[in-house]
This record gives sequence, structure tokens and C-alpha cells, in this order.
Amino acid sequence: MIRAPVLVLAVGNPSRGDDALGPLLAERLEQAALGGVEVLVDFQLQVEHALDLEGRATVIFVDAGTGIAPPYSWLEIQPVEDYTHTSHALSPGAVLATCLRCSGHPLPAARVLCVRGDSFELGAPLSAAANRHLELAWPALREACVTAAAGGR
Amino acid sequence: MTDFPSSAAGTELETARSGELRRVAIDPLSRVEGHGKVTLLLDDEGRVQQARLHIVEFRGFEKFIQGRPYWEVPVMVQRLCGICPVSHHLAAAKACDMIVGATTLTPAAEKLRRLMHYGQILQSHALHFFHLSSPDLLFGFDSDAGRRNIVGLAAAHPELARRGVLLRKVGQEVIRMTSGKRVHGTGAIPGGVNRNLSAVERQELRGMLPDAIRWSREAVQLVRELFEQNLPLYREFATFEANTLSLVRADGAMDLYHGDLRARDATGGMLLDGADYAEYWEHILEEVKPWSYMKFPFLRRIGPEHGWYRVGPLSRVTSCDFIPTPLAEFERRAFVEFDDGCAAHATLGFHWARMIEMLHAAEVIAELVEDDDVSGTELVVRGTRAQRGVGVIEAPRGTLIHHYRVDENDMVVRANLIVSTTHNNQSMNIAIREVARRYLDGRTLTEGLLNHIEVAVRAFDPCLSCATHALGQMPLAIELLAADGSLVDRLLRH
Repeated sequence: MIRAPVLVLAVGNPSRGDDALGPLLAERLEQAALGGVEVLVDFQLQVEHALDLEGRATVIFVDAGTGIAPPYSWLEIQPVEDYTHTSHALSPGAVLATCLRCSGHPLPAARVLCVRGDSFELGAPLSAAANRHLELAWPALREACVTAAAGGR
Repeated sequence: MTDFPSSAAGTELETARSGELRRVAIDPLSRVEGHGKVTLLLDDEGRVQQARLHIVEFRGFEKFIQGRPYWEVPVMVQRLCGICPVSHHLAAAKACDMIVGATTLTPAAEKLRRLMHYGQILQSHALHFFHLSSPDLLFGFDSDAGRRNIVGLAAAHPELARRGVLLRKVGQEVIRMTSGKRVHGTGAIPGGVNRNLSAVERQELRGMLPDAIRWSREAVQLVRELFEQNLPLYREFATFEANTLSLVRADGAMDLYHGDLRARDATGGMLLDGADYAEYWEHILEEVKPWSYMKFPFLRRIGPEHGWYRVGPLSRVTSCDFIPTPLAEFERRAFVEFDDGCAAHATLGFHWARMIEMLHAAEVIAELVEDDDVSGTELVVRGTRAQRGVGVIEAPRGTLIHHYRVDENDMVVRANLIVSTTHNNQSMNIAIREVARRYLDGRTLTEGLLNHIEVAVRAFDPCLSCATHALGQMPLAIELLAADGSLVDRLLRH
């Protein structure tokens, strides 16, 4: 099976306030139906996502995050051996490392679009600030996907 | 008829008065699955008197469900937890079966739900053992924390790590095919399911299962070897006597999808058997304590002080009379007979029992894939409408109860959820206490203590819930506080 060269892996829970940023951006991307771009959404990153990376040229992780300047940041990532063993979820760098160790395939170019979020309560809607960040992040994500699908980074 | 019982009075299980105790706080376990914090209460002699695992993220579950039409609930509840959304999906669907009067599902619907559920068991147990626990067990509890993770495992044991990934993938493929999507699936609906399996899908699964069964058998053997090689440690680590609770089939067989409630005491004596879960409150009450958002369930007939119990793989494997698949039953017998039954009471026995269940899940999936009912077309039944529904399932981590009341407009007006981690609340506190009594040295918090507490908690595979995981919020810290609240020592992991 031939895989789309670009994978966008969006993570987050749509029912936990600003954690919905990832799924909402993924929804827009799916509607845009860009050629050469596959979109996956999950609650959180896990080991099996390492298999989704195989055969890709580029992977873009999309997630809500704290500790970054609003509205969003692009983060370059490398395979990393981190401390997420206390958790049922992995960091993007740990997914890359798992892919490297388990699959033997060359790693895709990878980076994270981290969109600033602040409120993550169960049942809460997207905050007004996160809504603004979403609108600003969307064109950046779209452009990045188009560029990557055309063979750029 | 009694319904939505109020909680029991907040009786403290421990006898020490807080004013005489110093506190050690370990906070938080991870933002990813909720804010977890451990507080150790010391007496005047510096002995650990109590351990309290604080988990705040379970608050708000019921409120999230109330006010929604019942038919939306099986889909919505998946958002309660990103770790076991399928378990919530199926428990909610079973509760909604009662509401729509579907007392007996069609064979196709029942088997497709079972297939989905055992897929969830397979992938969850694979993740827990291969990627969360086996690094602790293979490298040692005191080894470098940077090594005790999936990446470290993959470096040292690449084949083992790869099997974990692929076993999880098998389970997820089962879930995808039966629920329609990899996440946020909609397969189970009130009264049945909304899809069946095609011949092509069954063939695809069929090809994956021989490896899944073989690797599961080898995983069982690996845990057994770990017990044999480290018997004194494995026998004693965080070990304590506990009652058990689980569903079992009417004939006493293990059944993770449906059955009656059974409880045993620490010696295996029967405390409860054949109890209809539709009136679980006749048998289980929940105690409230002022220091925790989590409730403390206990067996009603015994009371809060001694009626707490343990759920999950260790309880299920030891409580059932047999496992109805041959390979897993063979391993169950070996487990209960090992070293005069020591593994059946050991906290680290969870790992062995979990792998037996993983093998059972792989066998059940293989049986169901060959059953033509999973391609059946009679998918939904209806009956006499009711205003109350209770759904209980044995989720990967233990018994999961969903209880709803709906009004004449089909809206959920009340909900009560008792999740596996809540059932295990007191058991985890006692496991932590036992570890702390052994490994806390004076007033200094050490990486070694943290490591050992993590190993004990991880054996239960608690879901600290919530599925939110914003980047940048994953610290792990220990704090040692004096009786007056002043900070004595602190240990932080990022």
C-alpha cells in the first residue's frame, strides 16, 4: 500500500476545552483534502503511531500546549529517550525514537505545531483565546502541508 | 426500589490522627492522565502510617453525561478517557440496552461487541506489559529511569518491543473493524451494533492471530521466569491480603464482557456470587473521604473497614473457576499452583495474570473471527422502554460500572460511574504504604523510593484518566513536608 508522503498526526480530546485544538485543525485539514496529505487524529500519542510514520517523507504533529508564546510555535524534534514511562502516552520525540528502534525504516522529517492552550477541563468549550490561536495556526498548517507535499519541508 | 445510593459516612480506615502525622507528598504522577499525588503520613516514630493516592480527574464525569440524550452517551463517554474509550463505550451501550428494553442481544451483536472488547483487552494489556512494566521488570526497579521506557526497552530487547507494538496493532485493528473507526468509533448502539464484519476483514484478522497467540504465550512464560528468578522480591513486594471482585459467567468461567458479580475473601472464600449487577448497589457502597475526590467502594455486607477489595487481572484470574480457552486455562492453573499460590496474592502477580488474560483475549478473538455470526445482519433489538440502565464490564483495569437514569424526554438526568481505578483505590493506597514502610529512609526522599512506588502503582495499571495531554505538562515530583507543612525535601522529574 502506498502511503501519503505527508502525515499530520493531531492529538487531543475534543471534549476537554483547549485540548480540542489538535482535532479541530485536523478537521479543517481533512475538509481541505490536500493531495499527498493523510490526517490521523487520536486522544494521545502511543507506541503504535510509530508504525504510522513508516514510509512517510514528513510528519507534522499537531497538539495543544502550554509554556509557549501564543498563538503557536513550530518545534523541531528529534528522536528522544524521555521519561514518559510513567504515562500511557508518549511525546512526539519518543514516537520518533520508537519508530527508529522498532521499524528500522528511515525517519521522516518531523516537527510539531504546538498551539497555545490554557484550559483543559472536561466538558469545557474551546476558550476565546484558543479560538484566536486556532484561526492563526490554520493557514500556517495548511501552507506547511502544501509545501511538504510538494517535496519541500 | 433503591437507586443511586448515597455514599457511606466518611469513616477513616486508619486509626492515626492527622495532627500527629508528618506528610510526604509525591506530586503529580503525570498531567497526561490527571493530577496524581501521593501523600505519605508518618507517625512520631517516622513510620509510615497511611498512604494516600490523590487523583482529581474523575470529578465531573457524571456532570459531563447528564443532560444528554441517552443514545448519544455510548459515543460521548469515550471522551472521558483516552486510555480505555472502548470500555466506556461498551459499558454505556450495555446500560442503554436496558433503557431500550434489549434484554437479549442478537448473536451477531453480542459477538461483535465481545470481539471489540477483547480487542481492547489485547491492545491495552500489550501496551501495559511491553511498554510500561517490562522495562521495570527487566532492567530492575532501581535502574536508570531514562532506560526504563519503551525506547530503552527497544534498545536492549528490540524483538520484545516490536512484539508489543504489533500486538497492540492487532487489538486496534479489531477495534477499528468493529467500531468503524480507529478512535471515536460508533459500533455499539443501544440494543446492538451498527456494523458487522466482512469476509475480507475476517480474513485480514485471521492472518494476524497466530503470531498474536504465540507472542502472548511467550509473554506469559517471560513473567513466570521473572518470578522464578526473583522469587523473594516478587513474592513480597507491595504484597497484602485483599478481597476480590469481578464479573464471572454463570458457570464460573472468566467472562470479561458479561456476567454476575462475584467477590471472594483473601483465602478464596466466597463473599458474593451470582449477584445481578443491575442492582449493584445492593452489594457495593461507596465511601467518601474528605481528602480525596475519589470514592472508596466496599462490599456492603462487610462494611467500609474490611469490605474494600481489589479488581483487575489478578482478581479475575484468581476468582474465576476456569478460563474458557485452552491455552489460557493451562496458564491459569500453573499460576494458581505456583509456589503454593504466592503469585496469586502478590502485587507483581498482576503482571502474570495480565499476560494470561492477554493470551485469553487472543484466543477469544481467534474463535470469534471463525464464527459466522460476526458477519450476521440481525444487529439490533428493542423491547419495553425503561428509565434506568446499568452496564457493567470487565475493562482492562477491572470492573467498570455505568448507571444512568433518563427522563421521559430521553435525557440522562442522573449518572453514576464507578471506574476500575476507583474500585482499586484502597488497594493502591495499601500497596504504596507497604512499599513506603520498606523503602522510605528517614526524612530523605530518594529516587529509589519514587521508583518503587511507581512500580507498585503501575502494577494496578491505574487509569489516572482524562485523555488530555497538553505538551509541556508532564512533571513528576516528590515533596517531603514536615508536620507543620514546611518543605523538608523535594524531588522533581521532568
